[in-house]
Amino acid sequence: MTTQSAVVSSLEPVDGRAVIHAGDYINKLSGEQIEHECKRKLDEGCTELILNFADTEIVNSIGISILLGVIDTASNKGAKVVFSDMNETTVELFEMLGLTKHVTLA
Amino acid sequence: MAEHDHKLIHAFGALAELGQEITNKNNFQETIRTSLHLISGALGIMRGAVARFSRFGHELNMLAIRGLGDDFPLSLSLTLEDERQFLSCGLTPIDIQQAKVLPFFQVYDASFERRGLELFVPLVVRDEIVGAIFLGEKATGEAYTNYEKEIVCAMGQHIGVAIAQRNLMAEIERHADENRQLFDEMRSTYHDTVKAFAAAIDCKDKYTEGHSVRVGKFSEIIAMELGWGKDEVEGAAVAGYLHDVGKLTVERKIINAPYRINAKESKELNGHPGVGYEILQPIHHPYTDVPLAAKYHHERLDGRGYPDGLYDREIPYIAKIVTLADSFDAMTTDRPYKARRPAKEVVEDLQRNAGKQFAPELVTAFLGGMLKELQGEDRTKRFRRLLGRDYMEAEGIVDTLKYTLNEMAPTTPMTYVAAAGQVIL
Ligand SMILES: [Fe+2]
Ligand SMILES: [Fe+2]
Repeated sequence: MTTQSAVVSSLEPVDGRAVIHAGDYINKLSGEQIEHECKRKLDEGCTELILNFADTEIVNSIGISILLGVIDTASNKGAKVVFSDMNETTVELFEMLGLTKHVTLA
Repeated sequence: MAEHDHKLIHAFGALAELGQEITNKNNFQETIRTSLHLISGALGIMRGAVARFSRFGHELNMLAIRGLGDDFPLSLSLTLEDERQFLSCGLTPIDIQQAKVLPFFQVYDASFERRGLELFVPLVVRDEIVGAIFLGEKATGEAYTNYEKEIVCAMGQHIGVAIAQRNLMAEIERHADENRQLFDEMRSTYHDTVKAFAAAIDCKDKYTEGHSVRVGKFSEIIAMELGWGKDEVEGAAVAGYLHDVGKLTVERKIINAPYRINAKESKELNGHPGVGYEILQPIHHPYTDVPLAAKYHHERLDGRGYPDGLYDREIPYIAKIVTLADSFDAMTTDRPYKARRPAKEVVEDLQRNAGKQFAPELVTAFLGGMLKELQGEDRTKRFRRLLGRDYMEAEGIVDTLKYTLNEMAPTTPMTYVAAAGQVIL
């Protein structure tokens, strides 16, 4: 776990869709940034959260927990969550822990 | 790799991180919040909470909570039966269906059910309830397996220990507080006792009524002027209050004698420093050498004092302070065979005897304090209260003080400090 870069970038929502780019390592710090960003988009009325994991190499347990929280919050607000561009390891991890059951994969 | 192994590795990673989190000295609340994340993330659990047990309130208070909604109760009261059951189960995850027999569950059942709670883990550490963990459904929708329950158990143990540690710390802090209070009480008791003694000593000598109390206050002023700390200043005051305690054993008629006493009487009177030392020595004093102050308050820097004829550096510093305070009071109050002397004369006397009878820097400090008060720089009226307004505001006293202090400065540097604790008795 060498890198700590946790850049979260998001585009402005178009048609209720917002794209959020997760960084390379999703831990507590970067996870909370993602969470914060997602909550902000949902509050702005976003109905579809697209989390892009193209850069993501590692997700630790705290990261998983935070992502589960994002999924739960979105579903309480009736918003859809899309996970996109995951690498194989991330897909396996998310499948194993059941995250993929609650999101659309893209 | 088989999925089971994969899961295990992931969970162990979380367990290791939890261990680290707990040993880090982070904010306790934050540690618990992170712990809940780690359990949830290890097994993919949607929601849950960690609570701390309050043994005074008999309740579980939520420390961290996620995904349980705003209406989830933040505090759950327990019955003694609940507590008994927790203790008998120990730290084991209980399926919610089984936990329903617990009395407190029946009260909160609706909340628990609405939130889909599945596991309840009482946190029992060293046979004491410290808290509980509530866990909701897994994201996979599957039931908790036995190995997952074991992981919950292991992580629960870490969290339980973290809470127990925190409780212990709080307990220690509380004890420290109690100790401080107790100490303050003892200190005030000690002070009352000291003052009672001072009053008893002063009673014996009707001509010098209030002498001990005044010597205590003058000693206090000197210590303050030296810039001593609060405790040291108090110590100096106590030494002053008690310096003549040995007079309790001297015949009243000798102390009160309105004439020059004879040799035998003089011997008895001059024994009072030694007797004072004997009286004070067995008592544990929280401050400086109170007994030594009593023993040596009639010593002089030039070695012509009594009882031991010590020289300058051999005399404990605290005794030098009391000596100055004692002589100053003797000069400024009426005695059976001597009226009090005018302030101006007293100041001159102190200067003349600085280096012979008194430590010069103590004289400077003391007179400096007096000048500050007369010039309005010090508004506490310490001197005026002890000596009376008229006496303090005598004609020319400010000039005398200024002149004297000017003449005395610069005094020799302090060479006495080391002597205070190193006197050969
Ligand atoms: Fe004396
Ligand atoms: Fe005295």
